[in-house]
Amino acid sequence: MVNTKVNLCGVELKNPVIPASGTFGFGYEFAELYDINVLGSISFKGTTEEERFGNPTPRIAECPAGMLNSVGLQNPGIDKVIAEELPKLRRRFSGPIVANVGGFSVGEFERSAARMDAEEQVEILEINISCPNLHGGGQNFGTSVEGAAEVTRAVKAVTKKPVFIKLTPNVTDIVSIAKACEDAGADGISMINTLFGMRIDLRRRKPILAQKMGGYSGPSIFPVALRMVYQVYDAVNIPIIGIGGISTAEDVIEMMLAGATATQVGAANCVDPWASQKIVEGLPAAMEKYGIKDLSEIIGGAH
Amino acid sequence: MLDAVYLIRENVNIAPFVYRMVLEGDTSHITRPGQFVNIKLDGLYLRRPISVCDLADDSFTIIYKVVGKGTEQMSTMTAGESLLVLTGLGNGYDLTKTADHVAVIGGGVGVPPMFLLAKELLKMGKQVTAVLGFNTAAEVFLADEFAAIGADVKIATMDGSAGVKGTVVDALRTVDGIGYTYACGPEPMLKALYDNTDVSGQYSFEKRMGCGFGACMGCSCKTKYGNFRICKEGPILEKEAIIW
Repeated sequence: MVNTKVNLCGVELKNPVIPASGTFGFGYEFAELYDINVLGSISFKGTTEEERFGNPTPRIAECPAGMLNSVGLQNPGIDKVIAEELPKLRRRFSGPIVANVGGFSVGEFERSAARMDAEEQVEILEINISCPNLHGGGQNFGTSVEGAAEVTRAVKAVTKKPVFIKLTPNVTDIVSIAKACEDAGADGISMINTLFGMRIDLRRRKPILAQKMGGYSGPSIFPVALRMVYQVYDAVNIPIIGIGGISTAEDVIEMMLAGATATQVGAANCVDPWASQKIVEGLPAAMEKYGIKDLSEIIGGAH
Repeated sequence: MLDAVYLIRENVNIAPFVYRMVLEGDTSHITRPGQFVNIKLDGLYLRRPISVCDLADDSFTIIYKVVGKGTEQMSTMTAGESLLVLTGLGNGYDLTKTADHVAVIGGGVGVPPMFLLAKELLKMGKQVTAVLGFNTAAEVFLADEFAAIGADVKIATMDGSAGVKGTVVDALRTVDGIGYTYACGPEPMLKALYDNTDVSGQYSFEKRMGCGFGACMGCSCKTKYGNFRICKEGPILEKEAIIW
């Protein structure tokens, strides 16, 4: 018997596989396909104070081993998420829930975090200061040490729950931003959000995305995410949720060896709705193959 | 929704850049005309959504136009090869909303899903007029098949080389007594129908999709009933719900 359990700031996960925010909605589409209770946790659709439709379409484009999206945080707004989506998710999923919170101002992050703090169902807050698809929004906070620290401090002041700050890779030095979050009191780091990219339609000679640019995700960004997790692991003493192109149980192990305590599966859910379940099911065999008895023992093992 | 491997029974060129592919396998999740499937292709990350044209117990047919890498790759495949396909996606046409005499209206690669729809409507005893729009006579496909199942066929071509010269709207004007419409085609065609017809109907929309089953919110659109995902609450919208 192998042990797949991991511990994120006192929250026990039966395994380190968490569907990433924005690729899993609030879980229902997937709950119709398989028992989502096999998952370690779920990071639900990024929630803002107000309801958002998001950006104009097209907001999806194909890429080599990946995809671009410029959805722009479509969500029903925090009132509806708390009143309707969260209870519905709870009926289908009994494990720990990660509340993904987006925002346009420090005040919005603070208010939303305070409301999520009051929700019993929520175990961890994941603060998205890194969405590349919000103009004047999240990413502005995630691209400077001052902005990242300011949001972290504001959120930490209103919640007792573990706070993970979700970082953008679209910066010169992600290590300094991660450290700034740690110094400001963050309990963990979620990384990475999507890489900012674009595609051009050769027939129309115009960008495919209506927003022109969007976030690149998928297996092609895995080496970039892995490298950044490896670097940040060296610099901070708080747990990291590794995100970026994870598609297999082997990817989970590799990401944990780089320094992640848990991992999130994003784009893979979009091409195979059973992807997260398959990764969970594949973990024991992959662990045995590589001689791993207890998954939590390999965290940072490549250093 | 089912993700399964389907055997290609046939893949033939039926018009310039247009192919008909018959896929053999479990069709139990395809429940309504107007639904689509999402096809995984080697070397491409996102699946390719294609509407279902015809359905049998152990196979379904798609008709697709080569427009990019994915469909180009599909066009080179031969009988005996197989494809991983998610089936049973989208809402499909609601056949409880209908009339005694209906028009199924397709433009270009919007024609294929109207075929299964026409078959179902004919089974229900409806009088079905198939209004099919193409650019030229050389591009016309499926017209004989519509006639063979008992639909009245009206062709429109932009250059007048077959049928009525003009759009499907022009061809539709030549038909009397239509009580309800079902349509699939490029958005300008749907808009022209919307503006130029008095009767109600259901229109099928196309958008670039990520997942095809409602998870990624890539293909959202605003409707009078709220935000819809084209892949989940769509691709068929009731005329009354549409916001242009």
